[in-house]
Amino acid sequence: MSGYAGLFAALVLAPLLPGVINRTKSFFAGRRGPPLLQPYFDLAKLLRKGAVYSTTTTWLFRAGPVVGLAAMIVASALAPFGGVSAPLAFAGDFLFFAGLLGVTRFVTMLAALDTGSSFEGMGASREAQFAALAEPAFLLGLTAVAWKTGGLSLSGMLGTNSFATWSGATAPLALVCVSLLVVFLAENARIPVDDPNTHLELTMFHEVMVLDHGGPDLALIQYAAALKMWVLGSLVVGIALPVRSLAHGWAFAASVAGMLVLCVIVGVVESCLARLRLTRVPQLLLGAGVLSLLALFIGLK
Amino acid sequence: MNSWIDAVLVLITLTSLVLLGASRLGTSIRMVALQGVLLSPLPLLLAGPSGFGPRAAMLAVATVLIKGLGFPWLMARAVRGGSQRREMDPRVGYNASLLAGVLLMVVAFLLSSRLPLPPGEGTPLVLPVALFNILAGMFVIASRRQAITQVLGYLVMENGIYVFGVGIASHQPLLVELGILLDVFAAVFVMGIVIFHMGRELDHTDTDRLTLLNDWQKEKE
Repeated sequence: MSGYAGLFAALVLAPLLPGVINRTKSFFAGRRGPPLLQPYFDLAKLLRKGAVYSTTTTWLFRAGPVVGLAAMIVASALAPFGGVSAPLAFAGDFLFFAGLLGVTRFVTMLAALDTGSSFEGMGASREAQFAALAEPAFLLGLTAVAWKTGGLSLSGMLGTNSFATWSGATAPLALVCVSLLVVFLAENARIPVDDPNTHLELTMFHEVMVLDHGGPDLALIQYAAALKMWVLGSLVVGIALPVRSLAHGWAFAASVAGMLVLCVIVGVVESCLARLRLTRVPQLLLGAGVLSLLALFIGLK
Repeated sequence: MNSWIDAVLVLITLTSLVLLGASRLGTSIRMVALQGVLLSPLPLLLAGPSGFGPRAAMLAVATVLIKGLGFPWLMARAVRGGSQRREMDPRVGYNASLLAGVLLMVVAFLLSSRLPLPPGEGTPLVLPVALFNILAGMFVIASRRQAITQVLGYLVMENGIYVFGVGIASHQPLLVELGILLDVFAAVFVMGIVIFHMGRELDHTDTDRLTLLNDWQKEKE
């Protein structure tokens, strides 16, 4: 039952995360910033609009946002939240989870290529390149966690995360946390990898892929992006916070608080760092992969 | 106690990895300095309750002074001495170096799983971290062109040997450890001065171009 509470929280609270990040950035820049609920307003506005489709596009372009959102909703059903098992859990489901992230990315890239715009093709190419580098870091990190906790599903790994797990394996878990944080930033196209605010097509890779989407389609894409941020964030928070030691209600509250703190951290990172040169991004992701691998080795020892 | 040792050892490994991927001389020197400081608590942590005393404390203090402050200062002086390029152009690129670091890590962990430790000595991480630092140091020496980076690689290698010595043979006399430290100090001191003067005279410390230094070539010109 409480597993569904996590899914419900993901579906309802996900758009809050970009709002928190934007408020943090505004605070650092000395502005008041948009309201916390601005992403919800944006979604409502976009859903009321009509969509415009270019004549060069095919059904792939229309399918992209729908399939992407569907995959992300399944992924949120897999991600445990608040120290309890997710509604959907089976052995090896973290591979399925990575596959779902891949499906979302794949359909978004197909839709981008379908428009025939060279800019969007460039964005798709970069998305593919960086995702290919982020995925080993993600999977190796989760393998290390699986080894340390003995769980083969995401719920088994993170649902059993307690103080005892941490005291037994501080170094590997801390390394995986850092590595997954980098993956979180890369997958959600946040600052050291990509600047979500830029509107110069040459430098961005995620936003440029969805330039041709409008109205409800853009709403679906933004909602899916918020969900992706929520599920990946819930993995980072799930590893960082051993909430299993707390009572159910408190564990849930602590996890939500952890998500908000994660967003504030992202906002601080975005305010303090500049975007990396494109040639430096692979090095960052490679570094994350090395951290995961080191965690795995130490875990095996 | 063990988790503290492991945390220090992991941080030492991370500094070596950063050194493999770093392009700026300043960052590299800072990483080696950090590594020297990180090494210093090891004699105290690994000595155990019996060996915990003035000898281990002396070794720790000597390590901070020489590896954490002395060497980095010498290296920083050598960098400032010449108008060297801040960016280095290595034989193996930075990303490839990181990947090589991963391979070396695999080798170190495999090798250490074959080498049984004497019971009750150190933690299981001591041996792989020591081997990794030795291998990473050798890799840096072999893959970089600048003399100064090669000295940094030598220092990382020596740090690996230090971890090995403190972790595996904690019963060896203090005199041996201090003697090794003094040897390394003398070597790095000489290298630091040589690089400093090379940088001033030649404006570069590219070891590939040092063959141009002989008289024979001048006559041929």
